[in-house]
Amino acid sequence: MVVDELCESELDRLFQAFADSTRRDIVRRVTGGGLSVSGLARHYAMSFAAVQKHVAVLERADLVSKERRGREQLVRANRDGLERARALLDDYEAIWRQRAGRIADILAEETAAGQGRETP
Amino acid sequence: MTVISSTKSPEALSLAIVAEFDAGVERVWQIWEDPRQLERWWGPPTWPATFEDFDFQPGGQASYYMTGPDGTKARGWWRFTAIGAPDRLELDDGFADDTGNPVTDMGTARMAVALEDIGGRTRMTITSTFESVGQMEKMIQMGMEEGMGLAMGQIDAILAGQPAV
Repeated sequence: MVVDELCESELDRLFQAFADSTRRDIVRRVTGGGLSVSGLARHYAMSFAAVQKHVAVLERADLVSKERRGREQLVRANRDGLERARALLDDYEAIWRQRAGRIADILAEETAAGQGRETP
Repeated sequence: MTVISSTKSPEALSLAIVAEFDAGVERVWQIWEDPRQLERWWGPPTWPATFEDFDFQPGGQASYYMTGPDGTKARGWWRFTAIGAPDRLELDDGFADDTGNPVTDMGTARMAVALEDIGGRTRMTITSTFESVGQMEKMIQMGMEEGMGLAMGQIDAILAGQPAV
């Protein structure tokens, strides 16, 4: 049971990493200007439907938006979304810097206390 | 410096952060494995975390809440997706409602932890990926020392005549 779960999560992880790099690439391509899904699909060795799926994930993530132009859907980078993402990642980095500082404090406590475990 | 590098990718809503600690890998692993140690560092001092269930095995779940300065509780859950003691851990992190049940419509954030021995010290790499800008915003608010939490702490410190940390 546990083995199955691990295998599944491994696959998931690999897929996730692959999906992430494709999506990053899509966002970069549509940052310069709008591109149709079929125009985007030409750049990848995957089906139109697969590219469409990545675009849908990015749309839900607020990183791109789609607009209809004639018979085609034009994909554009959502500049506001990307700006917010950038600012939030700065905040998130600050959170982790604080966490790392607290971890270092916990680890240092024991070194200072030698063999004994002391409550702060 | 504890944190030695960080890589941010707004296009993938992901952050990778690398920190180094003056302790062995086995010791650093305990700060993840032991919920009592985990709750000493996960939340900021103004929003300390309390872990309730903590089923530390692949597929196991943990539930936690963070308590704000006014007593407000923000609840979340973890699901351990992969555990390779003592150097690899992966989990999904999500929101929970007041009764501790997962709230699924906000999605989950994924986190991967890797520990590496560097001559008796430990290098820890954390990679986090969010699903949407909105989800990231809400999750980050929960862990923030800045914003309301820090503002109140600073006011308290000023009133007490001490420098804010």
